[in-house]
Amino acid sequence: MSDKVIRKDFSNAKSCLRGVGVTRYFHTGKITTKAVDHVDFDFHEGELVSIVGESGSGKTTLSKMLLGLLKETDGQIFFQGKPRDISSHAKLKEYWSGIQAIFQDPFSSFNTFNKIDTVLLDCINMRGGKNLPNEKKVDMMTEACSFVNLKYAELTNKYPFELSGGQMQRLMIARIFLLKPKILLADEPTSMIDACSRATILDMLLQLRDEVGMTVIFITHDIGLAYYISDSIYIMEHGKFVESGPADEVILNPKAPYTRRLISDVPKIHEPWDLSTV
Amino acid sequence: MKNTLRQVFHSSKFVVGFVIFVAILLTMFIYPLFNPGNPLEMIGVGTFARPGTYFSLYDAVKTPTETLRLANADDKRLGKQLSDEDRVAIVAWLSAVNVNVEGLDINDTEALLEQWRANYDPSVKPKGMTQAKRNYYKRLDAALKEVDAADTLIIADKNEEGQLEQQGTITKTDYVNVGQVANVKTLPLGTDNFGRDVLKELVSAAGTSIVIGLLAGLVATLIGLTLGLLSGYVGGICDDIIMFFTNIFTVIPGFVLLILISYSIGQEQRGAAVVALVIGLTSWTWTCRSVRSQVISLRNRDHVNLSKLSGHSLVRIILTDILPYIASYVVMAFILQVSSGILAEAQLSLLGLGPKTTEVPTLGLMMNWAMLYSAHTNGSWWAYFPVILTITLISFSLNLMNTGLDQVFNPTLRD
Repeated sequence: MSDKVIRKDFSNAKSCLRGVGVTRYFHTGKITTKAVDHVDFDFHEGELVSIVGESGSGKTTLSKMLLGLLKETDGQIFFQGKPRDISSHAKLKEYWSGIQAIFQDPFSSFNTFNKIDTVLLDCINMRGGKNLPNEKKVDMMTEACSFVNLKYAELTNKYPFELSGGQMQRLMIARIFLLKPKILLADEPTSMIDACSRATILDMLLQLRDEVGMTVIFITHDIGLAYYISDSIYIMEHGKFVESGPADEVILNPKAPYTRRLISDVPKIHEPWDLSTV
Repeated sequence: MKNTLRQVFHSSKFVVGFVIFVAILLTMFIYPLFNPGNPLEMIGVGTFARPGTYFSLYDAVKTPTETLRLANADDKRLGKQLSDEDRVAIVAWLSAVNVNVEGLDINDTEALLEQWRANYDPSVKPKGMTQAKRNYYKRLDAALKEVDAADTLIIADKNEEGQLEQQGTITKTDYVNVGQVANVKTLPLGTDNFGRDVLKELVSAAGTSIVIGLLAGLVATLIGLTLGLLSGYVGGICDDIIMFFTNIFTVIPGFVLLILISYSIGQEQRGAAVVALVIGLTSWTWTCRSVRSQVISLRNRDHVNLSKLSGHSLVRIILTDILPYIASYVVMAFILQVSSGILAEAQLSLLGLGPKTTEVPTLGLMMNWAMLYSAHTNGSWWAYFPVILTITLISFSLNLMNTGLDQVFNPTLRD
């Protein structure tokens, strides 16, 4: 990873994904849980956005709505400036060729009954490469694997559960490499992985973003990590964005008390840890 | 797959159940090879012949004899002719003439006859005994003496003038080798009320019942699985409609429904396959419910989401991302459905609502026949007990297999 992250100003870039009053309620009997409560956001093309919040703040619900896996109770989402239309399966498929995701738990992200080849071939098929000659497909898969430091020859005919967690998550990135979506939604992609693999995977994500030029929505509970990699940050508390803006502004001049608490909770070496806010 | 199978066959419960079930299946296939023919053929004219080996008396008379002098032969002969009633009557006489009958076993023919011969006197009139009863004792004594005295039986045949002519005699020491008698038939479980070989019928009935169970289980599992998958995965209004019908079927007692449907179809239309279908159509609800709940817990997993993001269709997601994960559960549900299908057929047939009686025997029909002809009250245990035992063994083996599978697939249940 480069020593100094150079942040660009994206406030004038084209809007890629915009939401107005996006809301999701869950009803259990008479109790209503407001998982996501009227949030507004605007992600720009090529931007790396982090959504930061503690567990249960609604990050994953929001990400599922962004992916179109969950219907929003209220509000509207605009994809590339136009209202998002995902009313039929064909339109959803079209939408998903533009937005893809990496999930938190690599161990449960793969169907254990399918071989690794199936996962990668699906991506090639989705990009319209169904009728390509077999050698071409193998070349594409080999290229994708070598991008994430995996050897296709060793993976072919293996099942996902035969890999380690880090390898599986890298395979997920290889999948994104093949799909080259406009938006990548990474839902805590490093939280289940050990610290060494974490740096590698973040590095690969950033490299992929530079190569493909996609927007990355990075969902995390780690504000330090978010500051390190993002262009802009959204702070989420109890289903609402309490603060948002360019990363430097949010982290260096936090206005909301919740943001300040999150920042003070980051463990620091060589300093006593303030536990009073926990 | 190979690994799963190996694991399954390491479970002792599954293996025991599997061995019993396979043994029953093998008997079904192998026994008819040794004893071919129609299992419903009425070989006997009377009802309920006891289990045992039968040989033709006609052939036995014509078979060359050997002379054997066996001790106790006379007592054994007398013993076979003495009914339990006679034995009780003898003891009654003995006690009436003040003989100590304590410790006298009525099944000990030798001791009983010894006491009788020593103490019976036709001239004695025990107090309170009617003339009729005393005449009965006289007849009994005469019969016993006759068996003792008669030495030979004469075999006679009509000659040309139509008069009986002695052909030969049979003495008490004449024996024939059973192997040399032309016609010998062993009926290990006797015959039933129609004079049919129970064992042959039982083997055929077990086969039919297992087929009915399999068919009913297949129908129930297919319906339950399809509806459960749809209702669990699609959710929403589809779930509401399917659950509405499932709840209706759950609330109406399944067996009552089964009886009503079987009754309305009518005896003539009720073949084995129809009965299996009716059982399957009334017992899918719990499979549907449990599959639905399994699917609901699966549908929000990341691998399903990933499959959706890869643009897979609903059918493909259900078949490749949901079904393989619940396959082991479905197999267990299927085994239980087969077991309960066999039991349901037995219950229906016992009530007289089973398959029509003229074509195939089923385990339930055999019990129904035994009940109608009061096998349980006249002591013909061979007509119903082996049937009950077979049903028990089949459903025991299936349930044992199910428990074994459950322990393999749910590690928390392993002991």
